[in-house]
Amino acid sequence: MTQHWWHVAISWALAAAGFGVMAWMAARRHADAKRRTALLGPRERRQG
Amino acid sequence: MSSTPPAPRPAPRSASLSAASPRAGGGLHRFANPGRFLRMTERVLPWLWAAAGLVLAVGAAWALVFSPPDWQQGETVRIMYVHVPMAWLAMGGYLGLAIASLMSLIWRHPLADLAARELSPVGAMVTALCLATGSLWGRPMWGTWWAWDARMTSVLVLFFLWVGHAALVRAFDEEERGARAAAILALIGAVNLPVIKWSVDWFNTLHQSASVTRVAAPGLHVDILYPLLTCALGFSLAFAALVLARVRAAVMEKRLRQLQLAQARQNDTRRNEVAG
Repeated sequence: MTQHWWHVAISWALAAAGFGVMAWMAARRHADAKRRTALLGPRERRQG
Repeated sequence: MSSTPPAPRPAPRSASLSAASPRAGGGLHRFANPGRFLRMTERVLPWLWAAAGLVLAVGAAWALVFSPPDWQQGETVRIMYVHVPMAWLAMGGYLGLAIASLMSLIWRHPLADLAARELSPVGAMVTALCLATGSLWGRPMWGTWWAWDARMTSVLVLFFLWVGHAALVRAFDEEERGARAAAILALIGAVNLPVIKWSVDWFNTLHQSASVTRVAAPGLHVDILYPLLTCALGFSLAFAALVLARVRAAVMEKRLRQLQLAQARQNDTRRNEVAG
């Protein structure tokens, strides 16, 4: 692999990692808040 | 003298984000109800992610496999399919932040505060990606990772504005004060947007001038322009989905805090009644 292709691969990998990690963090935050909300009462379980 | 305990507050039916005026933000007011916002976005978000994934898959294949190398840049041109959309999203996202900040300051719309709060880390990420990919392109093309050129420096300032906003909005115990201070910072920082856009025309810069948005004549051949626009659309959809997912998580967290507070108040009242 040439140096040019290394730079191309790193650029695309950084973009994929950046979006992937942030999406995973958002999903985890939402799931955690939903789980803790459900613990508070059955009415809250229906929403979210 | 005995003091009567305060009347127990009922748990909020839908734990409204805050008491926004019914006229606040016009039609956007209906999104101030977290239950409605969560229900509506729950239906939209999977489609948004699917569209982003599909368009990005097509865009990546087009950009990395089917589009030809540039006659001058060679294979390095494929970095542009990430770098240019990140630059557009960094600037477009900041414009969105400024609009949300304006809505927050004028109408006190609670969702505008949350949107601004959740937008800034994503904006900082795309601006960092813009700078990093620009640097990765600059090394083989210009022979340097970085130059204190007007365009690059103004984008670096934009990155600091994003990070500053994300830090400032979380720096106060009282959320409203943090949101107001950060909204003012966002509006002042918007002055940087025209500087970024026209820095290549106003100053003698190493960075090339606009090629896609040039009005007079197309600056790019369609073999490069079409995959670039496809990647830009895919990254824009992913950006929108990411911000929406973060706002949904923030709404859930806010509702959880309000419910916990309401439950703590009820427990306090019951304890006072038993004791009194």
